[in-house]
Parts: sequence; structure tokens; C-alpha cells
Amino acid sequence: MISQFFILSSKGDPLIYKDFRGDSGGRDVAELFYRKLTGLPGDESPVVMHHDDRHFIHIRHSGLYLVATTSENISPFSLLELLSRLATLLGDYCGSLGEGTISRNVALVYELLDEVLVRAKHLPHCTPFLADMHCGWEAKSIHFHPFPPLTSHRLSFLCPQDYGYVQTTSTEMLRNFIQTEAVVSKPFSLFDLSSVGLFGAETQQSKVAPSSAASRPVLSSRSDQSQKNEVFLDVVERLSVLIASNGSLLKVDVQGEIRLKSFLPSGSEMRIGLTEEFCVGKSELRGYGPGIRVDEVSFHSSVLLEEFESHRILRLQPPQGELTVMRYQLSDDLPSPLPFRLFPSVQWDRGSGRLQVYLKLRCDLPPKSQALNVRLHLPLPRGVISLSQELSGPEQKAELGDGALHWDLPRVQGGSQLSGLFQMDVPGLPGPSGQGPSTMAPPLGLGPASLSFELPRHTCSGLQVRFLRLAFRPCGNANPHKWVRHLSHSDAYVIRI
Amino acid sequence: MPYLGSEDVVKELKKALCNPHIQADRLRYRNVIQRVIRMPKLDQWGQAEVLNFLLRYEPRSEEELFDILNLLDSFLKSSSPGVVMGATKLFLILAKKFPHVQTDVLVQVKGPLLAACSSESRELCFAALCHVRQILHSLPGHFSSHYKKFFCSYSEPHYIKLQKVEVLCELVNDENVQQVLEELRGYCTDVSADFAQAAIFAIGGIARTYTDQCVQILTELLGLRQEHITTVVVQTFRDLVWLCPQCTEAVCQALPGCEENIQDSEGKQALIWLLGVHGERIPNAPYVLEDFVENVKSETFPAVTMELLTALLRLFLSRPAECQDTLGRLLHYCIEEEKNMAVRDRGLFYYRLLLAGIDEVKRILCSPKSDPSLGLLEDQAERPVNSWASDFNTLVPVYGKARWATISKYQGAEHRGPELPDTASFATSGPLIPEENKERVQELPDSGALVLVPNCQLTAEYFEKTWFSLKVAHQQVFPWRGAVHPDTLQMALQVVNIQTIAMSRAGAHPWKAYLSAQDDTGCLFLTELLLESENSEMQISVKQNEPRTETLNSFISVLETVFGTIGDIKS
Repeated sequence: MISQFFILSSKGDPLIYKDFRGDSGGRDVAELFYRKLTGLPGDESPVVMHHDDRHFIHIRHSGLYLVATTSENISPFSLLELLSRLATLLGDYCGSLGEGTISRNVALVYELLDEVLVRAKHLPHCTPFLADMHCGWEAKSIHFHPFPPLTSHRLSFLCPQDYGYVQTTSTEMLRNFIQTEAVVSKPFSLFDLSSVGLFGAETQQSKVAPSSAASRPVLSSRSDQSQKNEVFLDVVERLSVLIASNGSLLKVDVQGEIRLKSFLPSGSEMRIGLTEEFCVGKSELRGYGPGIRVDEVSFHSSVLLEEFESHRILRLQPPQGELTVMRYQLSDDLPSPLPFRLFPSVQWDRGSGRLQVYLKLRCDLPPKSQALNVRLHLPLPRGVISLSQELSGPEQKAELGDGALHWDLPRVQGGSQLSGLFQMDVPGLPGPSGQGPSTMAPPLGLGPASLSFELPRHTCSGLQVRFLRLAFRPCGNANPHKWVRHLSHSDAYVIRI
Repeated sequence: MPYLGSEDVVKELKKALCNPHIQADRLRYRNVIQRVIRMPKLDQWGQAEVLNFLLRYEPRSEEELFDILNLLDSFLKSSSPGVVMGATKLFLILAKKFPHVQTDVLVQVKGPLLAACSSESRELCFAALCHVRQILHSLPGHFSSHYKKFFCSYSEPHYIKLQKVEVLCELVNDENVQQVLEELRGYCTDVSADFAQAAIFAIGGIARTYTDQCVQILTELLGLRQEHITTVVVQTFRDLVWLCPQCTEAVCQALPGCEENIQDSEGKQALIWLLGVHGERIPNAPYVLEDFVENVKSETFPAVTMELLTALLRLFLSRPAECQDTLGRLLHYCIEEEKNMAVRDRGLFYYRLLLAGIDEVKRILCSPKSDPSLGLLEDQAERPVNSWASDFNTLVPVYGKARWATISKYQGAEHRGPELPDTASFATSGPLIPEENKERVQELPDSGALVLVPNCQLTAEYFEKTWFSLKVAHQQVFPWRGAVHPDTLQMALQVVNIQTIAMSRAGAHPWKAYLSAQDDTGCLFLTELLLESENSEMQISVKQNEPRTETLNSFISVLETVFGTIGDIKS
């Protein structure tokens, strides 16, 4: 049960505040939360915080804090899940989630919260059940909500016990009851798209969807449905890798997701065909080649799997909005070579305090692919003062900051090799005792290097979407647009030096 | 009241949980539950709520229990972590009498938990990590083969890194220790000083089991000569030397030179303590302490000065020639110039102690330099699954047990969450006996007019002679489960001033122990404990050299309390 829900901007300004139970403090709770968050001692986690008899649980999403308070010892998993679901829903309704869109759509957000967490009128009563439950099960005083919902016709159905409990989060249910239209004032701007969602984000090739697609409300209106029949299907993989200093691979971990964002009317059926050699578990064998193997798969509950065993086809009737169709994990056994190899050599003259780092970066992607926004982060020993550099390309950039070296490579073509020579002065860095003027052992505090990058049109597991078929035929309109994208990006790509 | 999908669900649920006729009929109950959980309209929130309701039901027979578990099995494979964790909790609680079922469930939930640990949502990841730690308390090897999943990446927020380091520290075993230590060593030079220090403390924790490798890493870290690292390493050394005396030599060799890089109070105290206690093995110890004495006027922390006094006096006992002058100056300063009363008093106290003669000083200051049994006792604090099953999938693991205790105290009696069993606080806080039990134990002698003398030292020969010369005054049988942990028992008996003369090793059959105690009137109590392998009872025979029934009874009740406490810890 949630007592209050609020949304704060990244600077702590309250954007949305809703009290469901009326059993705890006023609006200043939001300020209190922000004060606690900023004044938290370093060893405590901000996820769950506590004040008086209230627990604050929050998630950070697109620079906003979505906070719920509760006085019960509630399941953290369910609550965190609910908050992320709310974030997705808000994103679906308002276009994208952000400070601007929320403050432009305050009325819509409140309406949505009413439907999700307060009793909605289309749902059946459960008063008799409650009467039973209250004898002995739940001895709790009933509070009336201090701010009744805006629309008066709901008052007759007001059932205070429902306040703050999840009623529904399904877009199908909600679409019938949300009246307010989303305000999308700004035409899309490239800057808004960079980080939030992948849908329609700008990439190099023109093959992908127009960038405006993502920042459009999914569920806003009934009128313009005919003009925008689009489906976005993304296969996104996060890669975490650890490579030892001798080049051997210590850990590979791929977390994959198939995400769907549908603008189609609800109930239209679609079939997603995956690579046929897709194997689940260590033992399964399919096709003639090595196959595409993942360790574990889980599907969204709406996915029908009768054709999965035979043909690797997922069938589903997605609701409008965003949905994670499938999640999978793969560890330790990657079919393709790793995208990057780093060959560092470190020369270190202890006497003069001169540290020379030569980094050679090889990209092992197929020649047609490329990596974008590659950034190398190399922590340096304390006290580095100057940096001189020789880079292999003009578009590259290197700088010192935060006790580390950052080397930016906007684009790396598959099969290419790049290098950088960095010289630094480290006065007063002590060496490991008992060794001569060594050029071998790197000074402590140097490394490990970590890389971050994006690989468009590439999945590390090799999983591809073969086809996306819609059974739905819109009346009088052209075929719906289908966009399928594959993308891998780094979660942690660490190379020890 | 949460919305449960549809009216049908609510009706069915009501039938199942409120109607005694249905509950009485196993088949009908099963059908109802089956219908409820198969409801297509039940969304993930509804499922989580239903699972929560089912916690209230107590199955009547084993058969019924397994029936329900089979029905609910599919929830463990749900794609929603909230549902999976709800189902896990239900399984753990329903199967509280079947440890193998509980272990099975925890094996099944490993996959979803690990997936949540590497989830994109930081907050979910944090909650999952907290639950992983909770499971590790009971099943230390549970995640050992997945240790790589808990390596930190530099972009992660601080609180996740700290949790991951804790997890790594707990799942370390013979196979992965090398890799885990290598990874942790990388963290020690992190830009964030807090994180670096947490990593060093973690290595210190692992050092209790894998001493040599860890001490070597810690020694290398000293070579960095950075204040925030050196101070934590020295503190780790201090704790380590106390628990693992075998590493004293290596620590003493690493210490020279550290004093230049320590500025904060905690680090100074640790260094001074080490120099005082193990100074006879560190050649330049007196001179380092002398430097501290030189600068004592500008010392801002009284605790450091106190530590310095004790350390210098200890070192004076082993190396008098080098320390006499320094000690004199320090005492003079503390008594004549120091403004802090605590420090002054300590100075005066040591001065008077020295006046009483060097033997007296030795008797008081030369305490044991290490206590390996303390570490062993902490290791034994492996908790059974049932002690935390009711806390699973709640906020308790997320806050951590210690913080939760303060929070629920704050919330007072109206706190509605599941109450923690008293013994549950045992393993986190680490003391041998839970606070409340300790008090109970110590109150007892007063009430029973029985005061046992602390230092009753009997030799084994004397004990044997007396034992055979006396008759059994009292014989009693206490209930007892499982094996005996001799160290735990011995420590517990020491708390109530009962001395252990001899004891079989753990796991021996039959298991025997001989105890002795003496009260303030000089009356001796000699006791034999006997645990036969087949029956679950501890047989106790007490002999007394003066036949007095009332003190005998209070002595028996003291024993009873101790056994009760140990039993609590074990179960």
C-alpha cells in the first residue's frame, strides 16, 4: 500500500504530489525526502530511506525522482516494479518522460495516478469481501482521502480502502478512462533523444525510424490512430566484460531484451520470428552451426509460446505502449569475438616521475559494422599534472579529469586499429620497494581501463529478429510501419592493465 | 484493498480463505486455490497480493503442503521479480519443516535473483543484492560459482558497489579466492576514498580465512603512501592480529614507515596499539612512539593520547631502556599539563601503578595479545533459513537487520510487520550471547543468592581427585538438539564464571565435558555433562563438596540458562 506518491525534478522541485491515504504529513514530505537524499551519509543507500514511521522508496528515471512513501513493511521488489511501470506508463502517455513533459501534462498525470492507484469506476466492488477481511485480518482505521478526485461522478463509487493500492496498470483498461490529451508542445529536437529511450534514437544510417517517433504519446487520442500505425521492435543487449592484464577473458555477461513499442490498436496480433538456431540452456542443439545459445530466457506473460519450440516464433497481442517481450542472459560463452581488444604498454621512469602509456585499441567487429561513441576511461595515479598526447586520428580527443584519462573516439570502424600515446608527469609517486628503475610494473593506481560504446545493428549473442508479421489489417490505410533494430551497448567493459 | 483482476477472483479467494468448510476439505481447497491462481485476468500485482494472502494459510498435512507448492510452482518462473520473490517467500514459509525443499526453492530462485542483480534498474539491483546477502548468511556457498556477477563496474552508484563488495566478501571460497582478491585489490585504488576503504576492510574480512594472500595485498597497498589507504590498512592489521596471531610477523615487518602517512585519529590509534602490543618485534617502535610523544601537545584527539600512554607503558615492560625517558616525559606532560580529565586520570593511574612495582604493572597490563576463538565464534553464526524467511521480500533485508531494529524500535509497539525472533539479531551483531540473554544470565546469581567466583582455578589432577571422592548430589536431564560447539559452550560458561576442565572435541560420541565452579563461600561445584549420540538429551551430574541444597538449585538453574541460550543460538 502506498501512502503518497510524488515526482521530483533532478533539482528537487516537486512536480507531482499525490496523497492517497491522508495518514501522513503534508506536502513538505517531498522536501523532506530531498533533504534526506542529499544529506545521506556515504555508506547508506538512498533507495529505501526512513523518517518517522514512513519509508521512502524511489527510483531515478530520466533525471526524475519517482518516490512512493509507505508505512508498511512492503515488498521492495513489487514496489520498485510498480514505480518503473508508472514511469513507463507516464512515458507512454506523455510522449517521453522528462521534467518538461511532466509539468506540461500535470492534469493527465493526476488522472493517470487516479486510475492506477485509486479505485476506478469500471472495476467491480469488493466491499463484501472487505467486510470479511476486516474481522481480524486487517485492523486498520479507514481514512478518507483529503482531496477527492476532480470528477464528481466518481464520488459515488468512492471506496477508500482502495486508495494507494494498485488497481490496474494495463493500458487496455486505462485507455477507456483517460480523458485528457497529452500536450506535446515542442516539435522533436535531437537533443532530447540522446539518452532516454532507444526508440527512434538518432543513429548513423537512414534505415532507422524517423527520430520523432519516440517522443510521441502512444495512447493520447483516438482520432489520429489511423495516421500512425507503427511498431518498433528493439533487440538490445548489454555487455559486461572483464579482461585480465594478460589478455585472457575473465568474465563475459550479456543481458538481452526484446522491447516492443506499439502504436497499433490493442488486440492486433503479431508474430515475431527469432533466429531459428536460437538455443536455450547448455544442452540444446539446433541447426547445423554452433547455434545461438543463451543461458536463460523469460517472457512477458502475454506472450504465447506454442510456436516457440518448433519454429522460434513468439505470438502476442501487445497492448499499446512499451512492453518487454523477452529477456535473456548469456554468460561466459560468446559465439562472436569480443568487439574490442586493448593492448596497453606502460613505461614508467620512477626517477623523473614520467609515466608513458601507449594504448592500442583493436576493433574486432565485422568490417561493415562500426562502434559509436566509444570512450575509454583510465584511472591514473594521484597527482598527475600534465598530459601530452599523440592520437592516431583527428576526430579523437583525450583529456584529464576526475583523476582519470578520458579518450573519446566518436566512431570506430570494424577491423580498424587505433592508438594513442599519452605522457604524464607524476611527481612524488612512490614505487614498489625493492625494485630497480623498472619499466615493467605499472604504478599502483593506474587502471583498470574501461570502455563504453554502442554497437548499432549488432548483437553480441547473434540473436536476430527474422521477421515481424502483423495479422492486423487497418481499414483503408496503408500497411503499418514496422521498425526492427538491433543494438548492443557496454554496461561494463573492463580491461585490467 | 488491491484490485484482484475481477469479481470472480475475489469471490474465489473469499471462499478459499474465509470458508471453514472449504478449508476443511483438502480437495476443495486445492481446487479453489487452483482456480484463483489460474485466473487469466490476474495481473502481476494481483498475483503478488494473492501470494501474500496465502501466507496466512497453514496446510494441515504434508501431502496438502506439497500439493499447494506444486500448484504455485509456475509463479517461481514469472517474469516479474515481485511475483517470484513473493512466491519464494511463500515457499520458504510453508516448507519451514522441510529444509531440503527450502534449499531447492533457493536454487530455483537463483536465476531470477542474479538477473535482477544485473538489471538495468539500479534500485532493483540493490534490492536483489540485499536479498542475496540474506541468503548467503544461511547458505554460504550458494552463489560462489557466480562470483563474477558481483564484480563492480566503475559507472555503478556507490551504494551498489558497497553491497557487491559485501557479497564478494561473503561468497569467497577456495576456488574463487584468487580472482575475488585480485578484483578487490583493483577497488582499493578507486578514486572514491570511501569505496577504496570499504574494499580494504573487505580484504581484511577475507584475511581471517585466507591470511597470507590478504596480508600480502595489504602490505603492497602501504607502498602507495596515501593517507586514506594507509590508515585503513593499519586498522585492518590491528583487527587481524587480534584474530589471527599467525600473521603477526608479517604485519610487524610491514609497519615501519606507516606513521608518515597517518593523520586521522582511528588510524593513529590502531598504529599506536600495534606498536605497543607487538613493539618487541618492531625495531624502531620506541622511536616512532617517541615522535608521537614529541608532538603530543598538538594532538587534537584525547583517545590518541590515551592509547599512546598504554602503548608506551606496555613497550616499557619489554624494552625498558629505550622507553624509560620517553615514558617519563609523557607521564609528566599528562599529569602536569594535559587539560583533558580522562587523559590526566589515566596518566595518574599509570603513575601510581608504576609506583606499586614493575611486577604489579606486568600483572595488569600483560593481557593476551590475540584471541583466535573470537573469529571462530563469528564464523559459526550461520543462520537457518527459518530465522529470516518471514523477512524475505520485505524491507528488512534492504535496510539491513541492524538498521531495521532501530527503525522498528522507533516505530514502537504499533509496528505491524512480522516480529523478528530474538535470536535473529545474533549473527549480525556478533556478540556471543544476545543482549537480553546476557542480562538474564547475570541477574540470576543475584536472585539465587549464589555468587560464583570468577577466578576459580582448579588443576585437572585436583579436579579428578575431588571428583572421585565425592558422591553425585544431583542428576538431571536437559533436552538438547544437534551437536555441541565446544567453543561456544565454553565461552558461554565463562560468562557465568563456570570453568571448563576438560571437553571432548566436537562431534565425538559420546560427548563429555567436565566443569567446575566455586561460590563465594568456597563451596565447589563439579559437573559432568554427557551427551549420548542416539538420544537427544544432555545428562548432567553435579557433585558438591558441602551439601547445601539451595545453592545447588541455583547452580542448576544457571546451567539451565546457559544451555537454553546455546540452544536458542543453534536452532
